[in-house]
Amino acid sequence: MVLPQQLNPGAFDDYVGATSVEAGVRALADGKGTPVAGGTDLWLQKDLGVKPSGSRLVNIRRIASLRGIEERGGRIRVGALATMTDVLDSDLLRRLAPVLPATADRFASVQIRNVATIGGNIVNASPAADFVVPLLCLDAEVELACWRGEKVATRRLPLAELLVGPGRTRREPSELLTSVHFATPPADFHAAFCKSGPRPALEIARVSLCLAGRRAARRLTCVRLALGAVAPTPVRCRQTENMLEGAALDEGTIRRALDSLESEIAPIDDVRSSAWYRRHLARTYLEEELRRVVEG
Amino acid sequence: MSLKVDIVFTLNGAAVRASISAGASALAVLREQFDLAGAKLACGEGECGACTIIVDGLSLNGCLMPAVDLDGRRVETVEGLWRETGLDPVQRAFIEAGAIQCGFCTPGMVMQARHLIDRNPRASEAEIRRGLEGNICRCTGYRKIVDAIIAASRAARP
Repeated sequence: MVLPQQLNPGAFDDYVGATSVEAGVRALADGKGTPVAGGTDLWLQKDLGVKPSGSRLVNIRRIASLRGIEERGGRIRVGALATMTDVLDSDLLRRLAPVLPATADRFASVQIRNVATIGGNIVNASPAADFVVPLLCLDAEVELACWRGEKVATRRLPLAELLVGPGRTRREPSELLTSVHFATPPADFHAAFCKSGPRPALEIARVSLCLAGRRAARRLTCVRLALGAVAPTPVRCRQTENMLEGAALDEGTIRRALDSLESEIAPIDDVRSSAWYRRHLARTYLEEELRRVVEG
Repeated sequence: MSLKVDIVFTLNGAAVRASISAGASALAVLREQFDLAGAKLACGEGECGACTIIVDGLSLNGCLMPAVDLDGRRVETVEGLWRETGLDPVQRAFIEAGAIQCGFCTPGMVMQARHLIDRNPRASEAEIRRGLEGNICRCTGYRKIVDAIIAASRAARP
């Protein structure tokens, strides 16, 4: 039997197993490295014949400092190598940002959650990336590291700015995504994630949605609304957020918000769904989530 | 020609070494270089779980695991479940429940069941079913598979 791995063994001419950020970014410094951690996206794409971005395979999975989930000074840091299972099992996130474990619970299968990482879900830059959707609602920032001037240099930028289009980010080939940061949500913060696919598990979202905000008396303030699989990247829907901001969620407001959302997204027809059905799903999910807020 | 990388790991309790292609999957190495044909290549996309193996105590899809990352790790395949005392309790439960039709998904199902029971021997039926979301049986014999895992987890409780 011919395995796909034999058809597409990957044109790697060098391999580095990094155990520190310094070793990782040095191996990426010439821009010819392909970082890998869990491998669930990269190995699949390679088997399908997609050429890896660089010919040096850089295994970052053993960089211990990129693991872990912690809170310090009112901000939560999720290491890039935190797996979906780590997120699902994190007592800290269940307490302070339960929308993230709830999202991990809808992510793929046990086998994939055991190895797939937060960092990988972000830099793979799928328009349907599950985890990016709630992170956009948390106004998350990412930290990128590179080797410059004989030392590790880092920069931060908002997650929304990192994402450019399908498979494209502002991460330079020499950079390593090291962590994700966001302000610890306030106690009255409400956030819900939902998505649709052909079966309950292992679905690549036809549409995903996260609605978040501070809930008080049938209203939301600090409203954040993000959707996946309706544009070239997961997107925040600012026009609809503004319309919902502090408004009494009566029938008229809900109707206007759904129309606003539909005008703000640009879904396409593809193998997973049609554009009109995606619009229908987006409206339905937003309506459901708004009614959930009203009902408390 | 793809780069060769030398790796050393523990395979079903024994220390082994191999020279592997940098682009190979763990599944390809186990099947082609170690003749362990239990884990199967079916979808090759992480959807079906026929390639499920356990690495450092966590189940994963062997078809999507970079083989280079096997280095230094503890790998268990269905072949390693058999002991001096006979079949693993999960394997016995599958036989007793008749949880096998064509058998192609069975090694992956058994390894995922082993992982689920090791993680939580008190899992409810609903939790067991969710834990099998990444394993597909195209004979659709799920009822008996779930029965077998419930029986094996009962037997595993202290």
